Order: sequence, then structure tokens, then C-alpha cells
Amino acid sequence: MSTLSIINVKKRYGPVEVLKGIDIDVKDGEFLILVGPSGCGKSTLLNMIAGLDTITSGEIAIGGRVVNDLSPKDRDIAMVFQSYALYPNMTVRNNISFGLKIRKIPKGKQEETVNRVAKLLQIEALLDRMPSQLSGGQRQRVAMGRALARDPALFLFDEPLSNLDAKLRVEMRAEIKLLHDRLGATIVYVTHDQIEAMTLGDRIAVMKGGEVHQLATPQEVYDDPADLFVAGFIGSPPMNLVRAPVAHKNGKVGVNLHDGGETFFLAAPDAVQNGLSAWNGSEVVVGIRPEQITDDLARGHERSDRIKRRAKVDVVHPTGPDTLVLIQLNDTPVTCRVHPETRVQSGDNADLMFDLSKLVFFDPDKETRIR
Amino acid sequence: MTTATSASGLDRPRKRFADYLETALPKIVLGPTLLIALFFIYGFIIWTGWLSFTDSRLLPRYELAGFVQYVTLFENERWWTALRNLGIFGGLFILVCLVVGLLLAILLDQRIRAEGILRAVYLYPMALSFIVTGTAWRWILNPGLGLQNLIRQMGFESFTFDWIVTPGMSIYTVVIAGAWQSTGFVMALFLAGLRGVDDAIIKAAQVDGASPTRIYTSIIIPSLRPVFFSALIILSHIAIKSFDLVMALTGGGPGFSSDLPATFMYTFAFNRNQIGLGAASAIIMLMTVVAIIVPLMYSETRRGHLGR
Repeated sequence: MSTLSIINVKKRYGPVEVLKGIDIDVKDGEFLILVGPSGCGKSTLLNMIAGLDTITSGEIAIGGRVVNDLSPKDRDIAMVFQSYALYPNMTVRNNISFGLKIRKIPKGKQEETVNRVAKLLQIEALLDRMPSQLSGGQRQRVAMGRALARDPALFLFDEPLSNLDAKLRVEMRAEIKLLHDRLGATIVYVTHDQIEAMTLGDRIAVMKGGEVHQLATPQEVYDDPADLFVAGFIGSPPMNLVRAPVAHKNGKVGVNLHDGGETFFLAAPDAVQNGLSAWNGSEVVVGIRPEQITDDLARGHERSDRIKRRAKVDVVHPTGPDTLVLIQLNDTPVTCRVHPETRVQSGDNADLMFDLSKLVFFDPDKETRIR
Repeated sequence: MTTATSASGLDRPRKRFADYLETALPKIVLGPTLLIALFFIYGFIIWTGWLSFTDSRLLPRYELAGFVQYVTLFENERWWTALRNLGIFGGLFILVCLVVGLLLAILLDQRIRAEGILRAVYLYPMALSFIVTGTAWRWILNPGLGLQNLIRQMGFESFTFDWIVTPGMSIYTVVIAGAWQSTGFVMALFLAGLRGVDDAIIKAAQVDGASPTRIYTSIIIPSLRPVFFSALIILSHIAIKSFDLVMALTGGGPGFSSDLPATFMYTFAFNRNQIGLGAASAIIMLMTVVAIIVPLMYSETRRGHLGR
């Protein structure tokens, strides 16, 4: 059983509290992502799981065993680093077998393991080279091979793809995912890249300022963000967040928006009708994803939860699969994602379709979700 | 500006004098240095080499006399003493500097407080000239003035430390003074090397289960290979051309028991009017340096070529 429990873990450097009570449970075989902006404490948390950093209070248990007082080597973990951290004076073969040699595993077994891992990662041809003779992607594979050779209860990845170029990053991402499916290993993976988080994770812990803001599956985090920070952090281009006054129309609660001219009303989804009605008359932040403001071509025709509005286009960014269109709503720039065959140009007035079923609302001061 | 018309019919401005100057500037700046180096270093090496094949005494004579000076040199007992001393001094000096320097660097690398001050303290002897080091240590090691006297005054009447006046031991005092001066420098080299080791490598080794000693012996020290190489080159050339330290510390004495090839060369070329013999000993020293450094350079640069 390779589970990981993090129970009310805190970390303090002098007067600065870096981690403010983290609670995470990772199931056997689960792929957990820790994601957040720099300085959110995600790498500190990973180092504490590894035993490279001490915990101020709380408990960390790996496989049902509290490891607070164990050194890294006794925690049954393996780690992959951002800078690969290959031993520069050893061949690839010795890099992979170093951990086994330290653990006094018999020579024959070591060789067998190295060959198995090399085959799995397709680095057999590189075994006798030095790390300095390898490209970034190859180094990354060797670093993963070193972790795999140990066959630990828990794999820790510390931003392993950040040093690779964009194309290689996508390739390695797919490979890590495949590897996880094949090995069924328990993995904790730190990244600041929200695309990596979305594509790789079984669950994502979105962190900021030493706290977990949301711990859920990627789709939940995307569709149902817990607060304003998560809503703004996950998604690319990010969710549009617009301040708007709450109003009533036709017996429904919603928000009023304007694009400099005519005001129009967006009704809230049924599930938040109750929650939002308490805010009648005051301002809230309304969140709407770019793909929920689109055009006829991409989204079909008007339905009860979709309304069509004309808006003035400020800027057009073609990206290939989509064209991103910037408009102004309540004096805030708002990104819309339209079909590239819709030939809009800046300065035009375009017909846009607002999908209201996934609107989310936030308390503008406490930044919490209004439900 | 004069312009011409190019084959494509577009304007093509001509190169001007300033542009020529810009491309030639590196050559103009480096030229004099190159000429001076060629004349004063390589020219004089050739001159010395020529003299070593003549029977010049007080003044240079240019008729070749074959290997007569080299034969005389290797029949001279004092030259053999100088060579033996160079072996003892060079070997011990390099070994002590490397071992103590590495040890100090590892200890300083443990993120201790006041590291800046300590580093300066260890590095400071390097700021002194060998003459000053030699003079200071001559007083410290003098049995009647220095260490021996001090400890005897403290009540240890039978304490003896008189290497500097004992013929078989005086060369070891040169090792002490030389190592004292150069260890800090080697430490600084190693410290820079240690600082260049990625923290993540150490973390990875910890996760792999290596003990701190094992991390140093298996990973960090082997990865300092280029630093060892630089230190070795610098120390061995200091050792071979060592002259001022011996002159100030022991003057080659007692007798000629702490002579080194450099002091031998000076004594014969300028005090005893044997320019030919001095030149021959100088050429032997040059050959020694070449014999050590060329293979080292060759193996190191070849490794570099393979993409270290």
C-alpha cells in the first residue's frame, strides 16, 4: 500500500509561516498535482514529504507509517528534480544503479534492474555515456530511470519538465502519464504550469500562500473553482472575472453587464439563484470562461440558457484552432473564443453567444464563491 | 559617401576606414604583446638553450661545445641534492596544499557563520610575497628566537625543533612555509568548485540513501576533477620555480642541504661564473615543467573535447 497522508502540516521559518496547515490524503496509485504560483509553498511541501526539510508541526505518513523522524533514505521514496540532478561524474548506468549500490543490492540484481528500467524508458543506447553528453530530454529520462530503479512506495516530481523546450515538454508529459498508467505508482508532482496540472493529475491541489485553496479533480477545479484565486489561476486563457451589480429580471437573479452602451442582463444558473439573491443591489464578481462567450458557428443556436448579444471587438488574436476576441464588459477586458472561420476584425461589432449555464459568482471582498 | 551599384541594382555603401579599423582592432591591440612575449620569453628560452651547449663561464661564448655542461651538471653532487630536494619539496608541498585546502574548503562549505572573515584569513598569506613568508618563518623556526624558545620558556626544557639548522631536515621547513602560504589559495579554488555543485545533486544523493561522507567521496569530490587539475598545474609550477622562498628562509643552507634547482641555477650562473652550467640546469627545469604539464593538459583538453 503506497498511500500518503499529510495531516495539518505546518512550516515556519522564524516568524514567517510558509505552510499554514496542509491536509491532503493521497490514495494508492493516485497522481496528485501540487500547483500554484512561485512562493506558494508547493516545493517546500514536497521537500518535507521527501525528508529534505523538517516539519514544524503536523504529521506525514507514507504507506500508513509516520515518517516525521525518518531520514530521506528510510522513507521509501524517489525524487525527480527540475535540474535533473544527475551525478556528473558517473555514467548513466552508474547514475541509475547508485541508489541500489548504496542499499547493497547484489550486483546481478542491480544489472537486471538497470536493464529493465533502460528498456522501459528507451535509454539502453545511452547507458555508457556521461550526463554531459546527453540532451535535456535524455537527461530527464535518466533522472526518471534513477527514480524507477528504486521501485519506491512514492514518487516525487519537482517541476521535472520546466527546463525542457515546449515540444519536448509535451512529449515527456505524455510519457509520464503513460508511465503512471502502466506502473500504477503513487505520484506527487509539483508544477507551476496549470496545463501540466490539468493533463496529468488525478487530483489537483491548488496552493497559494501556504494554503490549499482547492483539492479536486482537474475538471472540478476547472468548472467549479472554490474561490477567485483558483478561478483566475486555472485555465489558459484565464477565466474572465468582471465586477457587476446583481439585479432581478423576469423573476430570476442575475447580473447586469454593459459594453459601453446598452446594458444587458445575464441570469444566474438555477443552482445559485438562492445564494445570489442575498446580494441583490450590491456588486459581485462574475466569472465566465472564454469558451462560454462564442459565436453561432461554434456553438449552435440560441437556447434558454444562452443569450446572443452584439459587442464591439477591440483586438483579435488568431491562435489557429480558435480566434480569441477581446471585448469590454463593465470596463474590464473580456476574452471570447470564437471559431476561426468567423472573420471578425478589430472595430467590428460581432454577434456573441453567452453560455449562462456555467457562470460562477464570487464575493468581491472575501474572494469566496457565492453558491 | 561613395556608393556603387550592386548586381541587383540596389545601393551598396563601400566599407570605410573606420570599418576596417574596427575589424583589425583586436589584432592591433594584441600585436605588441605577442611580439614582446615572442622575444622576451621564447627568444630568451632559445638563447638559454644555445648557451647550455657552450662552455660559457663569466661571459657568454657562442661556439657550440656539445653536451659537456649537461655531463658536468649530472656529475655534480650539489645538483643531485637539489633534484632530490625538489622531489621532497614538490611532492609534499602539493600533497599538503591539496589535502588541507580541500579539507578547509569542505569545512567552510557547511554554511557556517563568519565565513567571509574566515575565508579572508585563510587566503591572506597569498597576499604576501614569498620573501616575507620566508623571513617570517625563518624567525618562527629559529631555535633561539621562535617556536623552540617559546615552548622552552613555557617550561618544556627538553623541547627541540631545530629542523631549520639540521642539514637533512631543512627542506621540510621550506615545505611548511610554502604550504602555509599556498593552502588558502587552493582552498579558495576548491570552495568555488564546491559552490558550483548543484544543491539538487546533494538532495538526490540523500534520497538515494548516501551518507554525507559517501556523498563527498563518491559524487562531490570526483566532480571537482577540473579544480584538482588547475590546482595541480598551479602548485607544480610554483614548486619547480621556487626560488625566493628558499633564499629568504634558509638561503639554501645549512651548506647546500636545502638547495632547489632554481637556487642552484642562480648560484652557478651568477655567483660562480658558470653561465653554461646554469643555462643547462635551467633547461632541465624547463623540460621537467613541460614533461609534467603537457601530458596533463593533453588528457584534460581531450576529455573536454569529448564533451565534459
